[in-house]
Amino acid sequence: MDMKRTNPGLYYLQRTLFYLLVVVIAFYLLFPFLWAVLTSFRGSGDLFLPPLQFIQAPSTLANYAQVFANASFQRGLLFSLIVAVGSVLVSLLFGSFAAYALGRFRFKGKQVIMYIILAVSVFPQIAVLGGLFTLIRTFELFNNPLGLILSYLIFTIPFTVWVLTSFVRDIPGELEEAALVDGASPLQTLFQVLFPVMMPALVTTGLLAFINAWNEYLFALTFTSSNRTVPVVIANYSGASQYDQPWGPIMAASIVVTIPLIALVLIFQRNIVSGLTAGAVKG
Amino acid sequence: MTVNTPAPAPAARPVKTRGIEAARARQAMWLLMPTLIVIALVAGYPLYRTIFFSFHEANLTTPDQATFIGAGNFWFTNEDGIGLGFLQDPRWWQSVKNTMLFTVVSVTLETILGMIIALVVNSAFRGRAFLRTAMLVPWAIPTVVSAQMWAYMYNDSFGLIGRGVLSGQALLASPDTAVWAMVAVDVWKTTSFMALLILAGLQSLPSDMYEAADMDGASKARQFWSMTLPLLRPALLVALVFRSLDALRVFDIMYVMLGANNAASTSMTGYARLQLIDNSLLGLGSAVSVAIFLIIMVIVVVYVTAFRVKFD
Repeated sequence: MDMKRTNPGLYYLQRTLFYLLVVVIAFYLLFPFLWAVLTSFRGSGDLFLPPLQFIQAPSTLANYAQVFANASFQRGLLFSLIVAVGSVLVSLLFGSFAAYALGRFRFKGKQVIMYIILAVSVFPQIAVLGGLFTLIRTFELFNNPLGLILSYLIFTIPFTVWVLTSFVRDIPGELEEAALVDGASPLQTLFQVLFPVMMPALVTTGLLAFINAWNEYLFALTFTSSNRTVPVVIANYSGASQYDQPWGPIMAASIVVTIPLIALVLIFQRNIVSGLTAGAVKG
Repeated sequence: MTVNTPAPAPAARPVKTRGIEAARARQAMWLLMPTLIVIALVAGYPLYRTIFFSFHEANLTTPDQATFIGAGNFWFTNEDGIGLGFLQDPRWWQSVKNTMLFTVVSVTLETILGMIIALVVNSAFRGRAFLRTAMLVPWAIPTVVSAQMWAYMYNDSFGLIGRGVLSGQALLASPDTAVWAMVAVDVWKTTSFMALLILAGLQSLPSDMYEAADMDGASKARQFWSMTLPLLRPALLVALVFRSLDALRVFDIMYVMLGANNAASTSMTGYARLQLIDNSLLGLGSAVSVAIFLIIMVIVVVYVTAFRVKFD
């Protein structure tokens, strides 16, 4: 507007205050993470220094070297990858079947099934912890990545079904009708006609489910003993004694598991926002 | 020798469409089958077991030897007059109080801050793309990692906040002060998520309406209160429901930052897990889990009916 001409003083004051707000927000959002990054590059002796000297202290890669040499951290990375990828693949496969049925077919009881799936996604995990624990024991899946893959389906499946259903609905029906007229079975239609169109949706949904599975803590803590995933390893990272918290290596390990996620999130920024808003149910 | 006479064509068209409908319904059921089996296996059956165990005295290591004790896990006073049900445990009520406080304060702050951030990012200025990207960072960081980052900052001999701002006061030592520290962590971690959802809502608002309001000379504040806020209501409510439910079942940050014991006084889930796993009290822990499940379901119903949130 032309406040710039009518009242330049007020205009520049407003602009300055606005940019101050922007700086405060950026600082608030980024500072804790940047401080963790800085700490990960500092030697253990430097942690005692006052902030200004701490910033200026020489950088070292010692913490990273120590973390990567740590056997349980290495195993943690491997198990996290297996468990997260496994549960995402199963969820995408089963989830796209279900989403196809819910988004394209008309049948009795559809509404009920949609509500059941939504209800499961607001389920408190603790409500199934005991029952799932005994189930995992019975199938001898304790400390087995398969046990975690199975248990993670409780939150990845409802999420993928819900998001993919809203994507499937938006696909124009002509594509699929042509395939049906040619006599393709529903599975052929799904894999050969809808999957290529759904690719961006599958990538987005898979990524969001992957992030959730990668971050999961309660089940990983309860259903494994030595085959820990990375969050449990980081939470339990301990030094020589119980009271000695090795903050440098803990921060280094934290940065290592966070950087891939941040990179993925930044690359898929736009898809993530659309995926989140689709997943969060329109009111 | 028989000649195959062609069967008379099925004349009734409605029958045929009904046949197609029925076939489609069958196919849909087949497509849904894997998902329904998985849900029954990982949600339905375990939930049934949890409810079953909540009425039994059972140990985690020997679940087969469960004995039925009715509501004893919830409320039971033995011969010596000692209350054994978890509803008689002051610690459970402390965890309920702290969880409610945590939920109300953090969701309120997240909504207000998320709204401010979304409004800022939604306006045009230099560096907007940067701020939009920065917004995603706290959200992308695993919860356990952000818990450790903040535990480090709160640490009374190393941390910026613990050593500097609080000058060596151990904020995390007592559940009553720790809950505020937890609020700060949760607000930092999830305000971005709130801001993202609000931003998406803001961007779907029609811009010509604002141009008209500008022409009519409505102030920005007036536009916010009488246009933006009412139009944003549905998106805001859904975000609010999901954030509240997440906050009520909070576990990770308490458990990582406070340890199993103090987490049990700060979060309901922490209390349930302590009884269920650390103390191996499968029956009692299940009863607590059932209580949490009921609390959350009641809140969902209240939200949905009070605000008329529509799903789908």
